[in-house]
Amino acid sequence: MTDTIVDIKGLRKVYTGRTPVTAVDGIDLQVAAGQIYGLLGPNGAGKTTTISIATTRAMPTAGSVHIAGVDVVKHAAIARRSIGVVPQYNTLDRSCTVQENIQFHCLYFGMSRAESRTRTAQLLDQFRLTDRAKAYPQALSGGLAQRVQIARAIAHHPKVLFLDEPSAGLDPQSRIAMWEAVGTLRNEGITVVLTTHYMEEADELCDRLAIIDHGKILVEDTPAALKASIGGEKIYDLRMKEAARSETLEARLRATEGVTGVESIEGGLRVLAKAHDGLLASVVTTASEFGLRDVTTAEPSLETVFIRLTGRDLRE
Amino acid sequence: MPTAVANPSPIITTGKSLTYVRAFYGLLLRDLYVLRREIMPSIVRIVMNPLLFLFVFTYVMPHMTGGAAMNPTARMAAAGGGFGTVLLPGLMAVAIMFSGIAAVALPLAQEFGITREIDDRVMCPLPIAAVAAEKVVFSAMQGFISAAIVFPLAYFIPTPRVVVHVTSWLFLIVVLTLSSLLAGALGLTIGTSVQPKQIGLIFSVVVIPITFLGCVYYPWAALGKIPWLQYGVLINPIVYISEALRSALTPTTGHMGNLSILAGLTFYLVLLSWLGMKGFRRRVVG
Repeated sequence: MTDTIVDIKGLRKVYTGRTPVTAVDGIDLQVAAGQIYGLLGPNGAGKTTTISIATTRAMPTAGSVHIAGVDVVKHAAIARRSIGVVPQYNTLDRSCTVQENIQFHCLYFGMSRAESRTRTAQLLDQFRLTDRAKAYPQALSGGLAQRVQIARAIAHHPKVLFLDEPSAGLDPQSRIAMWEAVGTLRNEGITVVLTTHYMEEADELCDRLAIIDHGKILVEDTPAALKASIGGEKIYDLRMKEAARSETLEARLRATEGVTGVESIEGGLRVLAKAHDGLLASVVTTASEFGLRDVTTAEPSLETVFIRLTGRDLRE
Repeated sequence: MPTAVANPSPIITTGKSLTYVRAFYGLLLRDLYVLRREIMPSIVRIVMNPLLFLFVFTYVMPHMTGGAAMNPTARMAAAGGGFGTVLLPGLMAVAIMFSGIAAVALPLAQEFGITREIDDRVMCPLPIAAVAAEKVVFSAMQGFISAAIVFPLAYFIPTPRVVVHVTSWLFLIVVLTLSSLLAGALGLTIGTSVQPKQIGLIFSVVVIPITFLGCVYYPWAALGKIPWLQYGVLINPIVYISEALRSALTPTTGHMGNLSILAGLTFYLVLLSWLGMKGFRRRVVG
């Protein structure tokens, strides 16, 4: 059995004010050591608030968070020794160079000057930042700044690294470089918890995922299992001229061999099926009689999982 | 799936207090390092105000025909060694106060509002209040440096010789320490309670009034003829800094009683530290 590094129980956060907002509404979550764990959900779902509480930067209204067995509310300062954080925005020290940023971070966490220098050199090399060591954060591109932030966040050998929307604002190339950098952390045994609203990112990086909406966990599993839960290998979205006659069509489609499910979508029907030769043709033939206008085919993605659970698009 | 690798760093096993001390030291080291890099602009900032003030009021004016008559406190100060003697502790007090604003309030206002750089330092293995306290201590160090830079200026520039008389070095060190910490706590309170876009306004609304009504350019005792003002200014923490330095360095000009001075400094140090740390916590913990 692997150890639980992040243990969240009954977490609630209500922002009081003129109109109180419940940002986190009873989240229970366990992350095992060594995993890359994703919190997937739209903006405003409560992901960042959950991370802020877990990293001691916000107080919960109710519930508890333990990081490596330490209560983050009662022993915040000690819990921080096990935590690395990369927030959404660039928090690099603008008065210090890249190298100094990492070196001072090491000193804050109690390393000697010699240890700090060695660790910094090693991290600069690992994250391919050595040639930018003397640069100031203002001179770095978004992707580079993000890499420096990750290097700095793991400098004190935290047990768990929290990444809040790590690819927000990154160009595709930087995003892939960031994914690689996060992937290498797995080899170091650092547990990673990241929030994202990009399905590809969650799918590519994470061992396990929790899909969050309105402050609640809707479902929690491996990306593969979540996609398999859709119940099909292929998705055909049929756009119909008249949605009114779709009930008969729905019944006919359900009877088609290989079809595992049919559900209504705006302007037509969605057919979930196990792929086999000729299936698309027979679906199209059947639907044509009922006024098929267009058909799109897709593989199940985390986005389909999300839409299925919430009826909404993840990007909204 | 890979299992957790044993943590190779020794820090996780160190005790709580040692962790705190090291983190505090690390933060202080960072601030001093950055200060050393920006030492020239800092010195210019510290020197400019007292230099011009002394030059105009204690060198130019006494050399002008009838210049002394233009100086309202000249007569009053004449007995104790000239306006320069009144100004020496006052200008040191202003320099100490400004160090609190420059070392804490301005950087904090920016870090809270725009860059959020403070977030990384708040993630140190150190209680939040200690992170705020580090800012105050760092500011106090700058306060000492500022006072040390202003002293020779205020001593040598004025034409009528300044009369400095230190009766107790211990008292001087105690009031310098309290004053410098107080200035840092004031900076912390301002820095955590003001939005960055209002920081300019703070100069007009807070910094200038507390300077002009802070017994900087006149001793508190000289306000005797305007009792409402004499008692009104007691809410101003700068009054105690000016009077403390007056008592420690230039007692001949007349000053507030030492006990009142120490009580005032301690009261404001505690009050502003409490307010500042509360504000700091509010700004960093959601």
